[in-house]
Amino acid sequence: MNAVLILIALVTVGTAIAAMAGRNLLHSVLLLALAWTGVAAFYLWAGAEFAAFAQVLVYVGAISMVVLFAVLLTRRSRDEAAPGPAGQSRALSAVMAAAAVAGVLVGAILRSPLAASPGPAPAVTVRQLGAELMGPYAAALLAVGVLLTVALIGAVVLAAGDRTGQPEDNP
Amino acid sequence: MSPLQFCLIFSGVLFSVGLAGALARSNAILVLLGIELMLNAANLNFIAFWRYGPASAPATGVIFVIFSIAVTAAETAVGLALVIAIHRHQRSIRLQEATRLKG
Repeated sequence: MNAVLILIALVTVGTAIAAMAGRNLLHSVLLLALAWTGVAAFYLWAGAEFAAFAQVLVYVGAISMVVLFAVLLTRRSRDEAAPGPAGQSRALSAVMAAAAVAGVLVGAILRSPLAASPGPAPAVTVRQLGAELMGPYAAALLAVGVLLTVALIGAVVLAAGDRTGQPEDNP
Repeated sequence: MSPLQFCLIFSGVLFSVGLAGALARSNAILVLLGIELMLNAANLNFIAFWRYGPASAPATGVIFVIFSIAVTAAETAVGLALVIAIHRHQRSIRLQEATRLKG
């Protein structure tokens, strides 16, 4: 077993748990950026460099910044109040449900006969990826482009709201 | 334990952490982040099987992860826009208070 892999897994899971259990929303987002960096480190370790760089660009760069903006836009002191007894019992049942899911998953993984081929990582270059994306996966690439456009327009429409008649719109 | 099994267990534990966060927290942004963690765990599985699984075309796993990341980015943008819209209407992003559609 590779020590680097164990270290990456421990750091990623630890920061994820700290982020999900934390009281401060800003700290949670920053810890989750660390967890996403850990996932990118796993991609690098596995030999998928392009996926690692895409992970850093999209998650650590873009998504964490957008989430930070949303946190700062919706910040209120009431949201960070201590949870009542109802919240605590809900948290307890949520942790129990997640532990049950984890138990089922780990048991299934340990008992299934996974034929692992311990050979070298499949070598894939960026040129090869580009050729694949423009060749056999061109239709999927176009569909993703349409999806991103629609999602961007939808997000703008949802977040902009109906602000007609505000004084700053008609200076 | 083989490395493939270790990677799958890593991904399963990460998924469970995201599930616990999405179920336990009442802040809409943290629920969204828990869902992001679960999607990341799924991406980990793609890469683990691409690295250790039966031989396939060399670029398949990476391309799957790239498309998955793109779809996740779209989902996050729409989700955060919804959170901001809820905040404008309710003055709060606690999910317990977003009950206007409740029958």
